Amino acid sequence: MLPRRVLPGLRLSLGVTLLYLSIIVCLPLGALVWKAASLGPEAYWAIVSSPRAVASYRVTVLCALAATLVNLVFGLALAWVITRYRFPGRRLLDAVVDLPFALPTAVAGIALTSLFSANGWLGAPLADLGIKVAYTPLGIMVAMTFTSIPFVVRTVQPVLEDLDPAIEEAALSLGAGEARTFRSVVLPLLAPALLAGTSLSFARSLGEFGAVIFIAGNQPFSTEITSLLTFIRLEEFDYAAAAAIASVILLAAFVMLAVTNLLQARASRHLGAA
Amino acid sequence: MNRRAPVRVGEKPLARRLLIGFVLALSAVFILAPLAVIFGQAFSMGLGYFASTIAAPDTRHAILLTVLTALIAVPINTGFGIAAAWAVTKFDFPGRRLLVVLIEIPFSISPIVAGTAYLFVYGLQGLFGPALQDADIRILFALPGIVLASMFVTAPFVARELIPLMEAQGRSEEEAAVSLGANGWQVFRRVTLPNVKWALLYGVVLCNARVMGEFGAVSIVSGNIRGQTNTLPLQIELLYNDYNTVGAFAAASILTLLALVTLAVKVLLEARGAGRRSRPAAAQAPGVAAPRPEGLVP
Repeated sequence: MLPRRVLPGLRLSLGVTLLYLSIIVCLPLGALVWKAASLGPEAYWAIVSSPRAVASYRVTVLCALAATLVNLVFGLALAWVITRYRFPGRRLLDAVVDLPFALPTAVAGIALTSLFSANGWLGAPLADLGIKVAYTPLGIMVAMTFTSIPFVVRTVQPVLEDLDPAIEEAALSLGAGEARTFRSVVLPLLAPALLAGTSLSFARSLGEFGAVIFIAGNQPFSTEITSLLTFIRLEEFDYAAAAAIASVILLAAFVMLAVTNLLQARASRHLGAA
Repeated sequence: MNRRAPVRVGEKPLARRLLIGFVLALSAVFILAPLAVIFGQAFSMGLGYFASTIAAPDTRHAILLTVLTALIAVPINTGFGIAAAWAVTKFDFPGRRLLVVLIEIPFSISPIVAGTAYLFVYGLQGLFGPALQDADIRILFALPGIVLASMFVTAPFVARELIPLMEAQGRSEEEAAVSLGANGWQVFRRVTLPNVKWALLYGVVLCNARVMGEFGAVSIVSGNIRGQTNTLPLQIELLYNDYNTVGAFAAASILTLLALVTLAVKVLLEARGAGRRSRPAAAQAPGVAAPRPEGLVP
């Protein structure tokens, strides 16, 4: 027998929750899947495997991978510096790490484009070195990097804060050098959190739209991301193609969601054990 | 004096300086420089010009539409967040964990997918489009569509702040209140709300920032009708594509200011215990909500 429920409001709160989720979340996603499914397998496959679509997957995935790699290193360094060192401006740095989440993506997009265009503050000196950033895949990478900076920092930071100093001290006093201690003692302890943060960062980069489209150049086959291709198909009133391509992004998102949940479950077990 | 060897990795002055230098240099490029560009460009033609672009009718309308959208979407979302957190943390029922996953799903979905999905519900080629047109009800390319898309992308914001906290606080205080004769509303207002008020405010502030800044999903459902369905982020795109750079950055500077205020409020609320970072790891309910980086996740 179920224990008698003491608290009131189950029916009201659960009802509101299910109604809201049905109308706001499930209905539109179901409609998208329905629209994509109504294409039939052959037409669907023709759209999602068309050369332009495949090129857009390649651009999106490669740029997201590169951005995630940058964030892995930068994020770890940021989390390390914020938790380990005391210096003027540390707390300000800690606060502004979240700026990429707080700043609307369109604002980030025009700011990065202006900054990295051939006559921008950073774009001009880079252009002198022969490096073009805006309107190239490098620009897409920069935008993706910006919008996902906080993920690795914020997943690694709590683990670094809880790291027992005695572990490092033991390794160092037993004769391991600093590099070796970091590599074989500290890094394995951070690995689950690093992995979880990295996968969140990658997932976000795959779906990023606002920040990317301003800086990307948006040339089919070279600087066109998959989200933009969906948008273009909608503007051409080719709704079936838009549904098919959007369903691919949706599928990728669900795969990434499963991966990150798995990694986070492992990370939190690690956190509990440490 | 005998100097002790470093007891932790990376405590040597050289390593410290190099790492701090590396991080500050990259932060200057990726975080400080974009901020500086926004305000630099916005005021590049002087304060008077800045004021005149902000006061331009289309931009003014976009600001009003953005505020109106937030005024509708944020309270509804807050109500949903409270209801969801109450249902999930105060009762046991089959499918509870699945419900928590479902609540967080919009975070994983690209705004473009969200916008496209809404077209297939309310658009002419969608489920209800033809019926809505016959009844002469406009959802897409009008305020309702913008509000709905904003609610989708921000659905988890309030719930995800409340659920771990209410889970950690348990049910005993509420149960005591009920046994002393309080009704549901009294329990919520006198017992639960005081315990979660900072976390609630935290979620509301982050939700508001995202609603006002949402671009991708809204750009699909709004139809970008100048002076009618352009929210502030869409107006920024329009001005930018019109080569009105100063106007675009002037409009962008308003949203940037909102972002900075949001960050400041966030820091203040974290000092009062809201947000995940200040919570001990053990307080995170095992199996209910995996730890996520706090803040404005997508």
